[in-house]
Amino acid sequence: MSTPKRLKIAFVGNPNSGKSSLFNHLTGLNQKIGNFPGVTVEKRAGYSTLKDGLVAEIIDLPGIYSLYPRSIDERIVSEILLDHHAESCPDKIVVVADATNLKRGLLLLTQVIDVGLPTVLALNMMDLVAKAGISYDINALSNQLGVPVVPINARNGTGLEELKKVLSNPLTIPEKKIFHIYDEAQVAVKTLRDHLQLDNDYEAYQILQQPNSLGFLSKEQHQYIDEISKQHGFFPGKFQGAETIQRYTFIQNLLDTVTLRASNDSWKLYSSKLDKILIHKVWGYVIFFTVLFAIFQSIFAWATVPMDFIDGLFASASNYLSGVLPDGPLTRLLTEGIIPGIGGIVIFVPQIAILFACIAVLEESGYMARVVFLMDKIMRKFGLNGKSVVPLMSGVACAIPAIMATRTIDNWKERTITIFVTPLMSCSARLPVFTILIALIVPDQLALGFFNRQGLTLMGLYLLGFAAAMLSALVMKYIIQVKERSYLLMELPAYRWPKWLNVGYTIVEKTKAFVFEAGKVIIAISVVLWVLASYGPGDKIEKARENVLQQSSNLRLTEQGLEDRVAAYKLENSYAGIIGKGIEPIIRPLGFDWKIGIALITSFAAREVFVGTMATIYSVGSTEDQTTIKIRMKEEINPETGGSRFTPAVGFSLLVFYTFAMQCMSTIAVVYRETKGWKWPLIQLAYMTVLAYVSAFVVFQILS
Amino acid sequence: MSEGNKNVAQMKPGEVGIIAGFTDEHLSVKLLEMGCLPGAAIRFNFSAPLGDPVCISVLGYELSLRLDEAATISILN
Repeated sequence: MSTPKRLKIAFVGNPNSGKSSLFNHLTGLNQKIGNFPGVTVEKRAGYSTLKDGLVAEIIDLPGIYSLYPRSIDERIVSEILLDHHAESCPDKIVVVADATNLKRGLLLLTQVIDVGLPTVLALNMMDLVAKAGISYDINALSNQLGVPVVPINARNGTGLEELKKVLSNPLTIPEKKIFHIYDEAQVAVKTLRDHLQLDNDYEAYQILQQPNSLGFLSKEQHQYIDEISKQHGFFPGKFQGAETIQRYTFIQNLLDTVTLRASNDSWKLYSSKLDKILIHKVWGYVIFFTVLFAIFQSIFAWATVPMDFIDGLFASASNYLSGVLPDGPLTRLLTEGIIPGIGGIVIFVPQIAILFACIAVLEESGYMARVVFLMDKIMRKFGLNGKSVVPLMSGVACAIPAIMATRTIDNWKERTITIFVTPLMSCSARLPVFTILIALIVPDQLALGFFNRQGLTLMGLYLLGFAAAMLSALVMKYIIQVKERSYLLMELPAYRWPKWLNVGYTIVEKTKAFVFEAGKVIIAISVVLWVLASYGPGDKIEKARENVLQQSSNLRLTEQGLEDRVAAYKLENSYAGIIGKGIEPIIRPLGFDWKIGIALITSFAAREVFVGTMATIYSVGSTEDQTTIKIRMKEEINPETGGSRFTPAVGFSLLVFYTFAMQCMSTIAVVYRETKGWKWPLIQLAYMTVLAYVSAFVVFQILS
Repeated sequence: MSEGNKNVAQMKPGEVGIIAGFTDEHLSVKLLEMGCLPGAAIRFNFSAPLGDPVCISVLGYELSLRLDEAATISILN
């Protein structure tokens, strides 16, 4: 034995088996969400005290149906379970199976047993099993499988003490193999096993069956596997179907002997009754759109108060620190760059939390699978998948978690298209830009008697973003040509009340992911942009105050007014200002001047920065009040026409520009991470910029 | 490709059948894993409002699949 290391336990199970509930129950808030090394698959790990002084690290692996993966998420499970020499190899495995649907769960269990790691079967949902009138002979089941079996109910925690006890005791590796490797494969299996020094035959067999799914194999090993396969007439996937049938035959015989009373499906009756309404031709869609509407409503209605609070909090933190710290570049970097940068991330937490609370409730209750079922045919017409609905919906709050949510889509093409078009959905960061511009150019009047014109415009912009997303998807469907087949094959779980604990954990998990993923990039970029906006060539920035005083000596400004003018002067002469002026010829056809140009530059990393930049450049920087900015923008004169700068033509052109433009560095970063390369984020950036530019150009030219 | 054999896509809501085999090798591996085993009973529950995908019961649970996927499962009748 080497030095004692921490006990590592991996949870494996089918989707909807209650694996995550069990994980949440055992680890509580001792969770950390990270990534598996080298891949983008989310790793949920946590610690649990099994008994006094024995703490185990628990890893919740993605839900799978078998060790033959279908998506990148699932691949990680096979890699972890089959690479026994790796550091990451777990010491013990808990297979969580839905006891109401035991056959399918046992298929996975028998594979895991054959992999040859100490395994425990946790029979979950024993409450429903009792309701369904099924009873199993747990002892017989355990004897025949050769592994301990613990009945549990992960929703209320029944049986968890027993599970902990079993896990804290030493477990033996089951002697008996369930799957009998076919004779014609034996030689190849033995040869490979000797060569790679594997623990058992099934490992070697799995490697021969799916070498391309296993990332831990080296190039030389791949070559060797190819050689052996060729020699012995083996090819990947050769026995997969036969293996499944052999396993199910074993399972059927097993269940025949251990099932004491057969099930009746009466407990599912209410579920099928609900489906009559929720999948109804008319009501199904009415309910779905009502649910969508309710989600948006709650995002925008409930998030305002905490968002205003966070906004105020960071503003006063900045003010306070700039008051107490000695003035200097470092203080200003902190109060004008870093703190507002962090504030710019935290302000989205309420919306993201609410959105993921809603999505978690829909997932937990089983309704989300119905949404996929309802929308699959429509989405497929656009090159998407029923499962694209969730990312597109999430995109309304924030594209970052939305793009991370595309991992459930197995098909590469459908997933790529979903990632590509999701940022076109109007996210919450666009809202402050929209609000101020709409207030500026659309009168606060009723249309047709009861519709608020401003509200209608806002809704129009959301629809515009949605339409652009769907049309872009349609175009990509024809551009991307791949042979990979798309399929659905999805379980429709019985409806259940959501478990609030799980909803809570989902909120924490997703919010954390957003804050840390997006946060890193946003802070870095805010610092860069702060430098661009605070420094400039020559001595104009240092002499800003004197120059402004000179220019406005006859204006009798108040101290505050002077400060604001100095800030505007500095921005104008900073690097950002110079770039803004530099791009003026390019953006002039859209109706924008260099001041808007500066705002486009500073909001490149995060679009909501637009409003703040407008405030600074129009010398109202000291006020946080939107009305002040609005009034000032309204007064801005276009020197060429003598009229207002923000005519409806300019306003709509800007609105359309912000609807389509990428203007979000964190999205680029997350797309890079999810697609594992710069190809897609760059294509996406170019596409959205061109789309924004051309659309804004057309809008401006038509309206002016 | 046994002709005259009925497939799951041709079933009507509420109809029950026995799985005879598959016409698509690639997909059959996945269907087997999901419990669509030759000889197993399969029940056609309902189709989505737009006619596709469809929901079947197999192995005691509900599985949804697209019409063209359902068409690869042939049944005895």
